Amino acid sequence: MLKQVEGSHAMAEGIALCRPEVICAYPITPQTHIVEGLGEMVRAGELKNCEFINVESEFAALSVAIGASAAGARAYTATASQGLLFMAEAVYNAAGLGLPIVMTLGNRAIGAPINIWNDHSDAMSMSDAGWMQLFAESNQEAIDLHIQAFRLAEELSMPTMVCVDGFILTHAVERVDVPEQEEVDEYLPAYEPVQVLDPSHPISIGAMVGPDAFTEVRFLQHYKQTLALRLIPELAGEFKKQFGRDSGGLLRTYKADDAEALVVAMGSVNGTIKDTIDEMRADGIRIGLVTLVAFRPFPVEALRKVLVGRKHVVVVEKSLAVGMGGQLALHVDLALRNLAGAPQVQSVVAGLGGRPITRPSLHRLFRRALVQPWEGTHFLDLNEELIAKELHYVRKVRRSGPTAENILRRLSGAQKPAAE
Amino acid sequence: MFQVRFHGRGGQGVVTAAEILSVAAFLEQRHAQAFPSFGSERTGAPVVSFCRIDDKEIRLREPILEPNALIVQDPTLFKAVDVFDGLRSDGYLLINTNRSFGDLQIANAVGKLPHGQARAVAASELALKYVGRPLPNAALLGAFAALTNIVRFDSVATAIRQAFPGKVGEANVAAAQAAHDAVSIAPIAG
Repeated sequence: MLKQVEGSHAMAEGIALCRPEVICAYPITPQTHIVEGLGEMVRAGELKNCEFINVESEFAALSVAIGASAAGARAYTATASQGLLFMAEAVYNAAGLGLPIVMTLGNRAIGAPINIWNDHSDAMSMSDAGWMQLFAESNQEAIDLHIQAFRLAEELSMPTMVCVDGFILTHAVERVDVPEQEEVDEYLPAYEPVQVLDPSHPISIGAMVGPDAFTEVRFLQHYKQTLALRLIPELAGEFKKQFGRDSGGLLRTYKADDAEALVVAMGSVNGTIKDTIDEMRADGIRIGLVTLVAFRPFPVEALRKVLVGRKHVVVVEKSLAVGMGGQLALHVDLALRNLAGAPQVQSVVAGLGGRPITRPSLHRLFRRALVQPWEGTHFLDLNEELIAKELHYVRKVRRSGPTAENILRRLSGAQKPAAE
Repeated sequence: MFQVRFHGRGGQGVVTAAEILSVAAFLEQRHAQAFPSFGSERTGAPVVSFCRIDDKEIRLREPILEPNALIVQDPTLFKAVDVFDGLRSDGYLLINTNRSFGDLQIANAVGKLPHGQARAVAASELALKYVGRPLPNAALLGAFAALTNIVRFDSVATAIRQAFPGKVGEANVAAAQAAHDAVSIAPIAG
């Protein structure tokens, strides 16, 4: 059914259609509206056979989900940013124990400096925890990915994160097609756990494993994610059959067939990039796009197949590994490892802490990438004057004070930081 | 694509206004995208929200940089922020005020717009009269429908009723109707 609703509300409806049995959540911007929506549905009796558990922290939220999942319930939670960090130990545990929890991550920057706006730092911080991670381009895809995520998680008994851009998706009101319950029921069967804490057949979950077997347990975890590389496209295919929409998969291409330059990106920025590509194509520039849906498992083979033979690859990402550069760009390098005549990979960090990524900036960026490729990491729309002043100042003054406060003072028009 | 930027202050229903407009467009089988300026805004602080309307899927996720129309819910904002930033030369301007453009010291900026595309409507007064609270957003949307014909008034009224069920909705529709009539019937001010 077509609706014009806030993204968070749309996701809540989509998640409810998946018939979760335990939802535990702790509020954190920008994810809060999703679990609030679910909480209202449980209270109103619209979401039946579901227990909504308010907990005292994110650590408790995921810990309760772990307990519920181990007891055989379909468990769901959501968080963002600092909230994900606070549950970090449980994030690893859920994956290590092989519990098919689905979690929405309303992607938000990580402090300090504190920032409530969107980037992908939170997802990146837990990308090696053993969860599968899928990134949504639109609110329609956000709904669809949640439905696929429960299937994926439960078929492999491995937790899955659905990453949705905070504010940009969660707070945008747009048209979505909310599936019918019967359709979702057909696609997503009732949860049949591979391991369950059942008093009538007692087992233990969570054994201590020593050097003699730890590698093997980890290997099997890794092996499951390689299985996901085949399963994710299959589930997207089945989804299309059931619902008639292209959603999910490992990656999607846009105007890539004859492109000598390909942009690689994740999440909602793909929409803006598509519009930019259309405008550049009108000027005769052969540029296209690879929208990466799956970050874990990382689709090395699928990506290599798309990128091979191109001249330029421009990786636009909303994350920065301080001291290294763009994580996604590093992953793209991996896809091109040992490939003769590999395209030149150009790394761009953009949209950190909610800075808008605009078409004018992307136009300049992509045109420059074609004629004046760069090494290292390019920071889109970096205020170089501001940086230069601050660098000059900290060289001059030993007690130069806190960087964030200095930068804010300069931006507000004050010529010098207070300590100067 | 038609792009509208709303300017107001926290507590004036700026975000709700953009959402209602997007629902009105949706009711006409069009694509629409409404979103706030993503701040942790406080009551009274300047707030911006956005609404895009198109006949095809809207993929763009940048803030609206070159609006086709501005809806200004608080005329004191002209002194606080650059309201006109990026407004297209063929754009529309709708202000909630009972003062003249000269009084607001925006006559120059208004003069650059096509004749008749800048209008003032005393939306807060209408809201006070019909709703009992000086919340101008619904009334302004009625005026917007009359000024631009981008959406039909009926769609705006239905969208208002969806956002505010019951008596409050009817009162807001009445305020929107009055603002709509003020713009479509009254001579062009300014």
